[in-house]
Amino acid sequence: MKVEDVICPFCGCLCDDLVVEVEGERVIGVENGCTLAQEKFMGDHRLGHPIRRTGKEWTPVSYDEAIETAARVLLEADRPLLYGWSGTQGEAQSVGVHLAELLGAVIDNTSTVCHGPSIMAIQEVGHPGCTLGQVKNRADLLIYWGCNPIDAHPRHMSRYTTYADGFFLKDAFRDRKVIVVDIRETESSNIADEFIRIDPGGDYEVLSALRAIVRGKGALVPASVSGVSREQLFRVADLCKAARFGAIFFGLGLTMSPGKQKNIRNAIELTEELNRHTKFTISPMRGHWNVYGSNEVFTWISGYPYAVDFARGIAFYNPGETTAVDILKRGECDACLVVASDPGAHFPRDCCAHLASIPTIQIDPHVNATTHLSHLQIPVAVTGIDAEGTAYRMDGVPIRTRSLFPSRYPTDTEILERIYAIVAREKGP
Amino acid sequence: MTELLIRNAYVIDPINDIRGEIMDIPIREGKIVEEVSDRAPVIDAEGYLTLPGGIDSHSHVCGTKVNFGRYMSPEDMRAGRTARKGRMHVTSGYSVPTTFGNSYRYSAMGYTMVLEGAMAPLEARHTHEEFTATPHQDMMANTLFDGNWSIMEAVLDKDVKRAAAVVAWILNAVKGFAIKLTNPGGTEAWGWGEDLAGIHDEVPHFGVTPAEIIGTMIRANELLHLPHSVHLHCNNLGVPGNHRTTLETIALAPDLNPKRQSLYLTHVQFHSYGGTTWRDIDSRSEEVTKAVNAKPQVVMDMGQIMFGRTTTMTADGPMEFKLYMLHHNKWSNHDVELETGSGIIPVYYTRKSLVNCIMWAIGLELALLTKNPWQCILATDNPNGAPFVKYPEIIALLMSKKFREQEGALLDPRTEHHVPLFAIDRELDWYEIAVMTRAAQAKALGIQDLGRGHLAPGALADVAIYPMKTDQLDPATQFQQVIAGFARTRYTIKRGRVVARDGEVVVDGANSTIWVRPKVPPEYDLSRDPEFVKKFEQYYTVRMRNYPVQDTYLPRGICIETEADL
Ligand code: SF4
Repeated sequence: MKVEDVICPFCGCLCDDLVVEVEGERVIGVENGCTLAQEKFMGDHRLGHPIRRTGKEWTPVSYDEAIETAARVLLEADRPLLYGWSGTQGEAQSVGVHLAELLGAVIDNTSTVCHGPSIMAIQEVGHPGCTLGQVKNRADLLIYWGCNPIDAHPRHMSRYTTYADGFFLKDAFRDRKVIVVDIRETESSNIADEFIRIDPGGDYEVLSALRAIVRGKGALVPASVSGVSREQLFRVADLCKAARFGAIFFGLGLTMSPGKQKNIRNAIELTEELNRHTKFTISPMRGHWNVYGSNEVFTWISGYPYAVDFARGIAFYNPGETTAVDILKRGECDACLVVASDPGAHFPRDCCAHLASIPTIQIDPHVNATTHLSHLQIPVAVTGIDAEGTAYRMDGVPIRTRSLFPSRYPTDTEILERIYAIVAREKGP
Repeated sequence: MTELLIRNAYVIDPINDIRGEIMDIPIREGKIVEEVSDRAPVIDAEGYLTLPGGIDSHSHVCGTKVNFGRYMSPEDMRAGRTARKGRMHVTSGYSVPTTFGNSYRYSAMGYTMVLEGAMAPLEARHTHEEFTATPHQDMMANTLFDGNWSIMEAVLDKDVKRAAAVVAWILNAVKGFAIKLTNPGGTEAWGWGEDLAGIHDEVPHFGVTPAEIIGTMIRANELLHLPHSVHLHCNNLGVPGNHRTTLETIALAPDLNPKRQSLYLTHVQFHSYGGTTWRDIDSRSEEVTKAVNAKPQVVMDMGQIMFGRTTTMTADGPMEFKLYMLHHNKWSNHDVELETGSGIIPVYYTRKSLVNCIMWAIGLELALLTKNPWQCILATDNPNGAPFVKYPEIIALLMSKKFREQEGALLDPRTEHHVPLFAIDRELDWYEIAVMTRAAQAKALGIQDLGRGHLAPGALADVAIYPMKTDQLDPATQFQQVIAGFARTRYTIKRGRVVARDGEVVVDGANSTIWVRPKVPPEYDLSRDPEFVKKFEQYYTVRMRNYPVQDTYLPRGICIETEADL
């Protein structure tokens, strides 16, 4: 059976035009998807049932027992941490926030280690953005800064930007200019009309120089800024001002390099400056398919997009203090629930060591690096493959993912609701 | 069978022409009935002022831009934090509270229904998700059509029926309630960083004018028999001299519906400015209300501003950029492909600013100079003019000249030369306040036949009991008691159940979302129109099949079906 218009639950592009061939409870073919999508739909490293570690051994346990254990661990902890959430449905994220509230726990999502700095910059200066279709239909100038979409978001350029025909650009590829800014050549920089190669750590300076030029203070700019020549900077500033609609996309190369949120703030202020001349927008390239959804859900329930600490009864937010890495580094939390993410593969070593030393429970369909630090893993259905649920694309457009076949597994939402019910029974309203 | 009897209520129910009578209100299964059994639990209202539940017919509480208002403003979140308590979830935020924060605060004030003022169709799912997390009010969503390409194409072809077909398809797809036009044409121009300066300017690339869009949409609205009229945020918001645009727009309203207005103008305070710059701006409330008084086909809401901090948010993207250039705090913008846009900036309205003082006066003047209270609804365009928690203060200002003068003494002394406010003696009475806070909303939204906004048998049992006895309270002098009284009900009853008592929410709650499905003949069903489908697939970034909001997002949806005249 072929299912059309399937939504890909892999990256923040959330492409919704896949054609997936299903046979029983298995995907046997994927059309339109990139290689990452193929891997996600066809891959099969799923656990058959919950497993618990005793010493060096893993033993299978029932869902009832696993859920009861998870609830107990969380109830007994003084400072539980609920982490992850970018790879699951909005419905589960919502239960997660309410669970954290009830427990007085800290809840954080994976943006803490990707676009957390972008969020902090937005909280300082705002965010002139738009949906991806605005870019597709209008943009004649694209800037990819500190990201490599061809590898990380393989269909970004074909669906939304460089190669996508738009209403106002019939021959998009010829009518658009593409600028790539990075510290090294990448697949993406190879197709750029203009490649700005900057010295590592030089983003802030280059952004400042561009701002100065756009503002009419170009005389201040020296012959070379962080490895970029003055001529190139002027050329690029002119390209930006001459564009009818410019769109900047930025990635971890900007958020996680020296300067962090200051880089993003500078990039947003450059965008704002350019709006005095023409139309310009800026957008973060969100990685996981629903990491932006976790920011949205956290915000409408708690008021903050990530790193929310309910220990005081209210929602308290202070990145650097209430962020998962900081809490783990300080050895502060005494139990952790990891949902739909893999901190074991991405967190600093001492954080992982602390995770291994406390009861860590993972809710995830797959075995991954975090499994090896955990005491209990509860496998679940995969949203977008055998469970449906809400996801937010990198530009904030919410989409409902599909379930392609009936699942043998419960969803994240079901597991979390059952844990919540036990905790609520103990804690009372 | 759940029953409840409210005894000894001092009732004002304008839709049923009850102007203050001591009555009992029997309730069964969530509805008002003729009588209940003697086993029914009793609430003694002790002669307190009892009104139908409040209805906010224009507020921004749920959806993409509201949530972005929270997202970008941790300082605002810190300002309104409350802890988990009993049935009440944690809340955060002052001007843009979390969904539960909005819901609890509205409940404390006796509000049981809220219309979200602007929903971008492409992002409708988000609005509905937040609706389900706003448990104590029934919700509705104005759906944005201001920059919709298919609408503008139909307008260019002078094809009202096709415009109606587009509205029908989209309302049905996104589970919307009414047509919203925000700066029509201007939001599309903002796609290129431009705006329109008047209702006869042409939208770039589309060859149509705001006046044509408004005129076509008013007629399409009536062809579809939608319960509400076109809900319009006029062009040129916040621009000195914009009263001319507003007057021209009022003149466009035809007489098409005997039951209600054919044009609803929102936050008219922001559209009643004279002068040419911020230096010579003055109030034109007299001209605007004169036009409204002469035109029963128009209903407006005030868009009152109140001094203090708030967050502005609107689909009017170009206006927000202009405002940002004045305030230089922070600015967010979010244009939505093929449809509309939006902007958000924080503001601080201060008595030190002459312009802000004039704005404050204009809102009050609109309410005091409109002869018929059914034509001027009390609202702040929450949170744009002020957070809705300021409503009780606005009520007190309208009821007391003394309070206005007391506040007036704190303003920039030049204010009185720019506004007529202090020459107006009118003081509104309890009945007029009841009209302006619930009955007029129900009528303007076209939901009184759904049993909303009144207390006759058969109506939904949404009731607000305020701890005020009108015979023992002189609002002209005791305005502080009026403020306190409207800020916290003794009881707020939603669908026959006490949801809040003395300002505290006591149950979990579960709201309904009201939406409209206009039924059109097959030849106007756009899902079968090859041209519409092709354009959709070419220019949107989601597939047509993935666009409609699934029923699961409206667990307690109430659908109003209409038969279109196409
Ligand atoms: S670009 Fe991203 S969302 Fe699109 S198919 Fe590839 S992995 Fe999936």
